Amino acid sequence: MTAPLLSVDRLVKRFDGLTAVDDASLSVASGSITGLIGPNGAGKTTLFALIAGFETPSSGQVHFDGRDVTRLPAHKRAVAGIARTFQIVQPFAGLTVRENIAVGAYLRETARANAHAKAEAVAHAVGLAPMLDQAAGSLTVAGRKRLELARALATAPKLLLLDEVLAGLNPSEIRDMIPVIQRIRSDGVTILIVEHVMQAVMSLCDTLFVLAQGRIIAAGPPAAVARDKRVIEAYLGHGAAARMQASGGAAVDA
Amino acid sequence: MKDRPHMQIVFVVGMLALLPLVLASNSLLNFATFALIIALAAQGWNIIGGYGGQFSFGHAAFFGTGAYMMALLQARFGVNPWLALPMSIAGGGVAGLIIGFLSFRARLRGSYFALVTLAFAEVFRILANASNFTGGAGGVLLTLKLDVAEMQFADRRLFYWLALTLVAIVLAVTLQLSRSRFGAQLMAVRENEDAARALGVDAVAVKLRALVLSAGITAAAGALYTQKFLYLDANIAYGTWISVDALLAPIIGGLGTVFGPLLGAILLLGLGEMTKTLVTQLTGGALPGIDLVTFGVLLILCVSFAPRGLIGLVTGIRARSQEVAP
Repeated sequence: MTAPLLSVDRLVKRFDGLTAVDDASLSVASGSITGLIGPNGAGKTTLFALIAGFETPSSGQVHFDGRDVTRLPAHKRAVAGIARTFQIVQPFAGLTVRENIAVGAYLRETARANAHAKAEAVAHAVGLAPMLDQAAGSLTVAGRKRLELARALATAPKLLLLDEVLAGLNPSEIRDMIPVIQRIRSDGVTILIVEHVMQAVMSLCDTLFVLAQGRIIAAGPPAAVARDKRVIEAYLGHGAAARMQASGGAAVDA
Repeated sequence: MKDRPHMQIVFVVGMLALLPLVLASNSLLNFATFALIIALAAQGWNIIGGYGGQFSFGHAAFFGTGAYMMALLQARFGVNPWLALPMSIAGGGVAGLIIGFLSFRARLRGSYFALVTLAFAEVFRILANASNFTGGAGGVLLTLKLDVAEMQFADRRLFYWLALTLVAIVLAVTLQLSRSRFGAQLMAVRENEDAARALGVDAVAVKLRALVLSAGITAAAGALYTQKFLYLDANIAYGTWISVDALLAPIIGGLGTVFGPLLGAILLLGLGEMTKTLVTQLTGGALPGIDLVTFGVLLILCVSFAPRGLIGLVTGIRARSQEVAP
């Protein structure tokens, strides 16, 4: 087995009294789509921020592509090949869609013509081509989510961190988005995804990690994780698994 | 199509270059020269304020540093003004580097950045007013030596054209910036600093570079001011008036646009001067500060009806009329 592209070792992040991430470890295999799920407030977004360099951990390490990036600032991690999207979309509202994506493309391109050409290519790949000259502020929620994805992709990352890119989309928009994500993976980009839309997580991910109260409580293939007693209890409360079993729920023992 | 913005610069600068040939009076020419100096200071502010979104309330710090260096290098060290000018620009850049390093490192944004720059300008003003080296409250007086080699011209039009040359260079630099990688990163930082960092933009370095460039340009305006009036004191060089002019002109003309500061400066000073003349004629006596009232009214009108400045207003109307009649 080859070394994972990303490995997170015993990461801890404390904010004053609150321990948002508590001794969490996970690894992302090169070429995989790995999911990170967990109930609200579990620390998923904080863990993402630690991996992308927006927060520095209280202790623990992050290794990416064979090097220790724990103390590297965010912009240098982008250079190393980590790109992230934001759960709350952060468009450059005053700029056009083309200019937005070009900012990402400029990471590897210095000439304006090349950066703009790359921006257009990425826009085609994520279905934003008709909106290229629109102001980013005028996009719909679905459009903004695609823009987040496009900008991150334009940096030509090795690892793409997707923070709830499906949240806030309607079912048909989600159906449109899933093949886009699959295509990104088949183009050779490894993906770590935080997502609440379970149907998407189940169909997209090779491996799942479950975070609850800052700790990784389960890991494995999606089907196994979904049956895990600890996972069900984390979502539904203590004793839920037992109650479901008692009432003959198929979900637990299927 | 590709060279249209360049042609616009050539056209505007060409028209302005012809102005002294039709302006009969010396006072009008003096006024036009002064307007260009303010436009230059405003062009500097526009780099960090308009493109970078970091509103400085203390560009006097850079204007004054350029002005004092221009004056003191000549008066105290006998440096030729043609050499003192680039040195003053560099000096302003260094002031920008120091202030930027201290404030951006401390992650000061928005009103905190505005207050820190204002504080720096005030500190500089008080120091310059107190120090013997800078001539204290009495200021610095440069000797009149009407000679092209001394950057003092018998023909006032030459000084106007010198100022216009610098304005033209900065127009070209600004256009280049707006279409470059650095410009794209600077605008990304203005729009959303976190998102820019996520895309590999070193926000602190980008802002710092922009402030150095901005400060250097505004320092050039200060140096020209010294050379035009051959006199300087702390309240002129580091006074709040220039900080206000440098930021109002781009806001009224169009933030983060190539021509905004120039247009805004001409309009601002033109209307201010007209009000002053009008009030003097009507009441028979000058009313000091009446031009500031005009500035205030202009700013209110602008914020209410043209939040993207006059340039934004014009391009907005054009875009809308194209939508109606494709």
